[in-house]
Amino acid sequence: MRSENTIRVIALHVGVLAALFLVQFVLPDYHHLALTRVMLLAIYAMGYNMLFGYTGLLSLGHAMFFAAGLYGAGMTAYYTDLGVPLAFVIGIICGAALSLVIGVIALRTTGVAFMIVTMMFGQVAYLTITYFTDYTRGEEGLTMPTSARSFDLLGLHVDLTNAVQRYNLALGLLALTLLVIFVVVRGPIGRVLIAIRENETRTLMLGFDTFRMKLGALVLSGTISAMAGAAYGLMFAYVGATFATIQYSIEALLFTLLGGAGTILGPLLGSILMFYIIDITSEYTQAYLLVTGVALVVLVLFFPKGILGTIRERWLSWLP
Amino acid sequence: MTDKTSAPKSSVTRRTTLLGMGAATGAGILSSVSPGFVRYSHAQTSAPIKLGFECHRTGIGASYGRWYERVARAAVKIINEEGGINGRPVKLIVEDDGTDPKRGAEVVEKFATQHKVDAVFGTLFSHVVVAAAPRAGELKMPYLVVSEGTHVSSGSLNRYCFQPGITDVRSQVTSVAPWITQNLGKKVTMIFPDYAFGYDHRDNLPPAIKAQGGEVVEMIAVPPTETSFTRYLPRIPADTDVLYHIMVGPAVLTFVTELGQFYGSQRPQIFGFIDSVEAVDLSTPQLSFLDGTYFWEGMPRYAQKDQSEWDKFYRTAVGVNENGASIADPKDIATYAHMYGVWETLFTIKQAMQTAGYNGPQDKAKFIEALEAIETFEEGRDHPQGNKIFNGKNHQVYGHHNISKVEGGRMDVVHRTSIEDGMYEVTADYTKMSL
Repeated sequence: MRSENTIRVIALHVGVLAALFLVQFVLPDYHHLALTRVMLLAIYAMGYNMLFGYTGLLSLGHAMFFAAGLYGAGMTAYYTDLGVPLAFVIGIICGAALSLVIGVIALRTTGVAFMIVTMMFGQVAYLTITYFTDYTRGEEGLTMPTSARSFDLLGLHVDLTNAVQRYNLALGLLALTLLVIFVVVRGPIGRVLIAIRENETRTLMLGFDTFRMKLGALVLSGTISAMAGAAYGLMFAYVGATFATIQYSIEALLFTLLGGAGTILGPLLGSILMFYIIDITSEYTQAYLLVTGVALVVLVLFFPKGILGTIRERWLSWLP
Repeated sequence: MTDKTSAPKSSVTRRTTLLGMGAATGAGILSSVSPGFVRYSHAQTSAPIKLGFECHRTGIGASYGRWYERVARAAVKIINEEGGINGRPVKLIVEDDGTDPKRGAEVVEKFATQHKVDAVFGTLFSHVVVAAAPRAGELKMPYLVVSEGTHVSSGSLNRYCFQPGITDVRSQVTSVAPWITQNLGKKVTMIFPDYAFGYDHRDNLPPAIKAQGGEVVEMIAVPPTETSFTRYLPRIPADTDVLYHIMVGPAVLTFVTELGQFYGSQRPQIFGFIDSVEAVDLSTPQLSFLDGTYFWEGMPRYAQKDQSEWDKFYRTAVGVNENGASIADPKDIATYAHMYGVWETLFTIKQAMQTAGYNGPQDKAKFIEALEAIETFEEGRDHPQGNKIFNGKNHQVYGHHNISKVEGGRMDVVHRTSIEDGMYEVTADYTKMSL
């Protein structure tokens, strides 16, 4: 039974990735472009879900990790000649380092206090970007130079202005993220994280170093979010302080809640749905955020565990 | 100027790349038969010319967006009543960008790939422009902004970005500096928002004042999140002749109130940019301290005694009364000093498309070159704010500015700058970038 479920789970995730690969051949241009963005935002939300959905830590400042990757990569590409691949790596390193520092401090708190502390750090990150406006151009932001719109790697020439290449790069990063999260949450570490989420005191009494485990989850979560930010800035040629505002922290939370916290594919589904809810409703009404809000209220009332969370609870108990 | 954004484009199209990849996966077959690949057919000559208006309907720019949209609809109505452009009607497609840079870039992509518009126009806030411009350039979508920021004129965007309807901050600052030093005083203290828009003022005013024999004695940057200004006001030097302020956003009422409390009846001369109080009723009690102070205006909010027939026509067409408020609702104050830029941009699009014989997306390069070839705009119905000079190299227009004095709850123009007052040496040259 266990191996049968494993096969189902692997088949589902491979199937989702295959579907995302194939769908590019039939999508109209706009949706092709939109899905590229959505996949990167989904990576961000999947990173968020690692901390919130699996470890039970609700951060309200996660945009700082996205922004760390965005600015780490974007400013490297803008001010240096190190090239896009190295800029991308530097962006990820910035996010990892920041999440380690923030984790060591913020994880001294729990519950509501953790939410407030992460929100405050998020605000500090935003203000830091605007404080150094001479370099970051603050909320106005920076557009990437021509030199950062293409690169050569392992004999391949990658053109970031090419929609097809951008789509498949985003898909590759999404696949990598899926794989990492899949391995972590289906393995022993994932079980400990879930145990912490359900009852941290009991997990501690069982002999696990819960602080270290939570720190690891936060660093992994922040690093994945930073990778999404670095890719977003480099692929769409823009970095700006807006991405560090609390709005973007809330978005990751909403994507996760909508799709299903604690499910691997929930954030991806939530990102897609949220994007199209806003995209379509904004064509008809200025009150599209109200519509979005009502949709979320309905969701919380009838599907409190999100779409995939509810499906798992009612029908597909094997869904990871 | 360095070409930063005109990336060399691959001659390989998305379709051919996909087909190449599909050969390995068999998906090429799928692509050739799926209804998802059905594309909009090319516009016929009788089909409308589609213009995408990237509008700040929501978000921090909503008060501007509301009026920009009214102006756009009024201008398109007139253009269509007069036969459209090259015999084709103009269809206005509006998308809300939420005054958000991420959404702004998405909206440009949507205009280019879903609505398949012929040009995008109307974006105001700098951060949205800067985020959307690279995508406009890469999608080869003409992008005509009404933003004032120096991002277009400085050459930091790309060949598809233009600002033909409104002057940039550098020009505005340069043009008012002589009048400030000659009429208000030579020692100037600046209070400005601590972000990029404020920096455009910070970087351009001191040299302009210095060139007139004056001096900026203090520059006070206020973080955008600040809600009270009392701790900044004591930093204003006592020997300040002129306080120069650009406080944009809802905090302006607090700023003016606290400024009044700080100075009482003894104050220096005060000069500000109307951006602070656009869409705000000057008779608001908290703004009473502004009486006797001066503002830069692109177009005078209050109808002047020597009002031109073009201002009369334009004012009526966009539904604004002689006090700068909506005819339908006198409490709804217009963003009158700026919104003419949308009107003039639309008539510029019409002019350039007619010059280029524009007949569809295949003529976009001709359209861009026709825009770049424009040298002047004559004052008239299409350009009611005044005559202008257009620089085809940096894609920026230069024109007159008004300095108005607040008295009795209204503003009257006391000085109108010449076009030359706002000219500066242009180093950017977008025409060197490929199309």
